[in-house]
Amino acid sequence: MSYRSRFALKQRMTIAAGILCIVVIIIILQLWLFTATMNAVLGGDVSILWPAALASLVCLVLNVGLLWYLYDLER
Amino acid sequence: MTNQTSEQWTVPPDGQPPENQPHWRQDFPIDWPQDQYVFRREFIKFLLLTSGAFTAGQFWFLVQRLWQRGQAALPSQEIAQVNDMPIGGSKLFQYPQGSPARLLVRVNEATFVAYEQQCTHLTCPVIPAVDEGELHCPCHEGVFDLLSGHPISGPPRRPLARVKLEVRDGKVYATGLEERTI
Repeated sequence: MSYRSRFALKQRMTIAAGILCIVVIIIILQLWLFTATMNAVLGGDVSILWPAALASLVCLVLNVGLLWYLYDLER
Repeated sequence: MTNQTSEQWTVPPDGQPPENQPHWRQDFPIDWPQDQYVFRREFIKFLLLTSGAFTAGQFWFLVQRLWQRGQAALPSQEIAQVNDMPIGGSKLFQYPQGSPARLLVRVNEATFVAYEQQCTHLTCPVIPAVDEGELHCPCHEGVFDLLSGHPISGPPRRPLARVKLEVRDGKVYATGLEERTI
């Protein structure tokens, strides 16, 4: 690699593992949110749709931010 | 291969020194820690697709809802003649036309109930057991209350969608559909 990071590779490995754990937790949260929303929608309760969609979007933005941070570490 | 920096940290997987490695590995060295790091990063990137898919699914529900909101309310539809339905008898019908099957049951002289026939667990068709006051799902032993459509036992957690009924002039009409979570 020709770049020089502010963190050594070993440190970035640890950071990547930590980010991986957080991303997995967020995705499990999204999975729960998705199944709960599906259950509500199939039961005709649509009041939850907007909050659930926004919450899921926030989770996605968080995940994108974490990946962005990981790439940023390599610069 | 032996010239190691913090960013080029080549360690063979067997941990042996470079001179003990086979020729092919000396000719084509792999930076294993770097490889593992890239794998973790790419795995996170892949997980992002999953995250995006869940978000897309949530917004798909929203789009469906907005689409349904634009459609007209269900019309009133004749589904049976009162005289054709014996007490304890049942009849399948579609409401609205083209929809999944609904189940009309005559509980007693004056009481009719109608529900979506699909079990709320895994959409197996439910079977009325009027004498027991229940609707049975044979697939996973789900049981619903005949009068309310609420689950009594088994895996279903949601009540059956109820078809609103109206009896007039010796005929039974379906007038609407009520989906419920509790």
